[in-house]
Amino acid sequence: MEFGPHLMLASLEGAVIASVLVLTSMGLSIVFGVMRVVNVAHGEFYMLGAVLAWYVTSLLGGHPAVGFVAALVAAPLLVGAIAASADRVILKHLKYDPDRTIVATIGLLYIIQQTTLMTFGPDARPVAPPFNHRLALPWFEFGDSGFAMYWPWGLSTTSYKLFVIAAAAVVLIALWLLITRTKIGLIMRATQQDSETAQAFGIPVGRVYSMVFGLGAALAALGAVLVVPIQQAHYLMGADPLLLSFIVVIIGGLGSLPGTVVAALLIGMSDGIISVFFSPTLAKIIATFLVAMVLVWRPQGLFGRSVP
Amino acid sequence: MSNGTSKKTGLNRRTALKGMGAGALLATGALPGSLGFAQAQSSAPIKIGFQKHATGIGAAYGRWYDATTQAAVKRINDMGGINGRPVEIVIEDDGTDPKRGAEVIEKFANQHEVDVAFGTLFSHVVIGSAPRAGELKLPYFVVSEGHHVASGMLNRYTLQPGITDVKSQVQSMAPFVANNLGKKVTMIFPDFAFGHDHRDFFSAAIEAQGGEVVAKIAVPPAETSFTRYFPQIPRDTDVVYHVMVGPAVLTFVKELGEFFGPSRPEIFGFIDSLEAVDINSPGLEFLEGTYFWEGHPRHAQKDNSEYDTAYRAAVGVDDRGASVSDPKDVSTYAHMFGCWETLNVIKAGMETADYQGPADRAKLIEAVEAMTDMPHSLDHPQGAKLFNGKTHQVFGSQHISKVTDGTLTVEHTASIEDGMYEDEVDYTAQSF
Amino acid sequence: MTLNAKSATLHLSVLAALVALFFVLPPYHSGNLARIMVLAIYAMGYNILFGYTGLLSLGHAMFFAAGMYGFGLSVNLGGLPLPLAFLTGMACAAALAAVTGFLALRTSGVAFMIVTLMFAQTAYLVVLYFGTYTRGDEGFVIQSADRMIMGVDLTSEGARYVAALLLFSACFLTLARIIRSRFGRTLVAIRENEERARMLGYDTGAHKLKAMILSGLIAGVAGAAYAMLFGYVGATFATVQYSIFPLLWVLLGGAGTTIGPLLGVFFMFYLIDFSSSLTTAYMLVAGVVLVLLTMFAPQGLMGEMRKRVFAWLP
Repeated sequence: MEFGPHLMLASLEGAVIASVLVLTSMGLSIVFGVMRVVNVAHGEFYMLGAVLAWYVTSLLGGHPAVGFVAALVAAPLLVGAIAASADRVILKHLKYDPDRTIVATIGLLYIIQQTTLMTFGPDARPVAPPFNHRLALPWFEFGDSGFAMYWPWGLSTTSYKLFVIAAAAVVLIALWLLITRTKIGLIMRATQQDSETAQAFGIPVGRVYSMVFGLGAALAALGAVLVVPIQQAHYLMGADPLLLSFIVVIIGGLGSLPGTVVAALLIGMSDGIISVFFSPTLAKIIATFLVAMVLVWRPQGLFGRSVP
Repeated sequence: MSNGTSKKTGLNRRTALKGMGAGALLATGALPGSLGFAQAQSSAPIKIGFQKHATGIGAAYGRWYDATTQAAVKRINDMGGINGRPVEIVIEDDGTDPKRGAEVIEKFANQHEVDVAFGTLFSHVVIGSAPRAGELKLPYFVVSEGHHVASGMLNRYTLQPGITDVKSQVQSMAPFVANNLGKKVTMIFPDFAFGHDHRDFFSAAIEAQGGEVVAKIAVPPAETSFTRYFPQIPRDTDVVYHVMVGPAVLTFVKELGEFFGPSRPEIFGFIDSLEAVDINSPGLEFLEGTYFWEGHPRHAQKDNSEYDTAYRAAVGVDDRGASVSDPKDVSTYAHMFGCWETLNVIKAGMETADYQGPADRAKLIEAVEAMTDMPHSLDHPQGAKLFNGKTHQVFGSQHISKVTDGTLTVEHTASIEDGMYEDEVDYTAQSF
Repeated sequence: MTLNAKSATLHLSVLAALVALFFVLPPYHSGNLARIMVLAIYAMGYNILFGYTGLLSLGHAMFFAAGMYGFGLSVNLGGLPLPLAFLTGMACAAALAAVTGFLALRTSGVAFMIVTLMFAQTAYLVVLYFGTYTRGDEGFVIQSADRMIMGVDLTSEGARYVAALLLFSACFLTLARIIRSRFGRTLVAIRENEERARMLGYDTGAHKLKAMILSGLIAGVAGAAYAMLFGYVGATFATVQYSIFPLLWVLLGGAGTTIGPLLGVFFMFYLIDFSSSLTTAYMLVAGVVLVLLTMFAPQGLMGEMRKRVFAWLP
């Protein structure tokens, strides 16, 4: 494939990856920002979202769209509830101590993974997309006969992939409205800035924490429901999103939600675009190293204010 | 960090097989008196340690390797066991991890005190475990299809008598690909050792047939989306050769189809890209008319051998290679026969060596090394095999199937000779 | 008894117990113990940086792997004799730690976690990229014939145990000494309050870099020892999972204690081994135990001991 179309294809693919990454990262970013804990089990909430989507769609049957819409609602709610109760039972008891939370969430990760393996099994299971059409894409060329449009071999995407990008954007806007325009958002921001003062002003910090933890997990699950018709539900699928969203949150700047969005786009897109220029594994090496170097030269992240 | 356990092993860890039951005990008593006076000792079960990928990336394979193993042991016990003794399988989970794999081998040798160990599929677990098996002098029968055994990397205690290796498989595919599909091949493979073996062995083999590999696309491990790599496929490619492993295989094949749309080149893949996946999954329609290597044809053929039919019944797999209790639960059919056949080789080896206990382990290995022809039978339902005692590797026929109306139909069977290559090691020269 | 004498008695009795256990334990468990000691070296190396200096790295697998590959490749490709290969492995780990430290120590806190994590990912991919030499994920075997040191066959159970014990003791005693030294106390000062340590005139940057190199070096010793004693080198040991293990072991055993790492590895190993003999769902058991432990023993096993019984524990 020629360079131009290849770049366009890689960018499109990168955009799909980035869209899902934005959602999982926002989930981690909110938890990290408000509660200051590293949730190692975040990827498992993502995985649970995908697995529940499979259960919901295969239970309902009928047209794939029915199951998909149901999953889009049910999976994040269920996962959010599981996470909120984990917060109540475990994290609250640890007083959100950073080190102990790491071990406890590793424990949680084992529990969730093993339970999924025992019930859902080790196979990767597909979920049918609500709609899916291959869309061949045109490319423009300035040749002998002037400006011409043609259809390069292989340059295509699917309607569902475009839907994922749009859906992620909608969720992002809704989230932004929630945080900036509602009372819940105000309470969250107050708790983030100073939980003790917030408590003094009568904000039930414990309940806010549970809600935030649930919301973070629900966002991860939502990202997974969107991605599962492209990929498949598998009990080990949580590891990659965990690492990537963790990286995104830090690169974006701790506690900066716009930073998280920009970093997710940057990392999602760069992975695709660098692969145009180098052999795949070399591209990964370069992308990983560059991201690390960004932090070396800007330890507070792209949008962070001071060293955390 | 990745761990869990399959539900199918929900029973007891030390699955003392009930299959032996009263019948087998009777059979034991009815055997010729060659067992002598050591009645108490001789009726103790022969313990076979099964290193199982119950958790980790290999769990989908582990579940089916387990099912096949249980079926094979039940059959052996129904026929009177080995040397009149019942067979007991001891399962330990290796987590598909080479460190845990080596620990499990130690546990087999020193705690469970098994007679032999067997079962592993993933190459890194085999290679991580084999040194310990050699040091503990525990015969280690792997079912891995890796070239590690025949390459001479391992040791005298490690054997692969039940499944052919990747070098042999790949090499025997080249004539068919070059003569029927095209000369210009683009290879897509995972960027780790298993993929590199495909790349190197196939490149050499296709050149010998007058073809060439025009592009080699190595996909990094743990990748979950693939479309961005496909533009590297040159336009003049006649054949795309793909082999992919891991949980993302279905995504890979789907995206390959979406990339090409209506105008695809010929596609030839290793069924590894679709093991445990239903070929009629949504999004795989484009596979119609493409070709697959299959070690053991997943779908029962028109002229199916009686052995394959009986084997399917014993393992609990239907004519589509799926579980009889759940047609959506597709097995790893192209590989798991290796467990069945390996156990039968162990049985035959123990009987030849008149195996009595761990002291006879060297005799057992010599007995297996002396094996050559293994005829097509219920012991070897995949087909006839030829064992090379020097390289500890078995050779067999390979199948190429074409997807026709959603069914994998065998188009070509490569002979045992097509997969032969020169010896790279002589394990029999090593001391015990 | 003085503090120093108490501490010396404690450390020596741990080593004496390890010697005695070899004669008491059945072969399966003494084999496990040899492996536990090697992994405990890794955890001790990690503890220098995390437990004493307060820097949480998520990339120590790259140092473990550097020791492992430095050793393994120089035996298999370079044909070096064992002691020299071992030193090569250590040098590789220390050099990598120096470079990583030089860059990553510009950051702190969570940014340090991520930078080390990404460097380790890079290192893992480099191992795969040079598959021609490393055999990628599959790894390679170090043949038994090459695992002889001064006529001693390291593949025998006894020699392996002795070698593991010697390496463990060397690291254990050296580290116990370093912790008590001026250098070690400065590290603790940095952990408690870096600003204040700097005000007191300590070059905290140089101290952190030294701690990083020491930590990486010890992790490299563990990697080279694993390859030497168990005969296998593979990319699995460079994955994130193996960066998280030492963190888990140290937190379980008690961060910032000399015995904690050994205890953490021991506990985790037998937790998996024992629960897997009871049930196939052993990771579920392990997960529940981890959660309960953090809830009811927040300082780790040795940390709780220090809090409740031995306040003087090093």
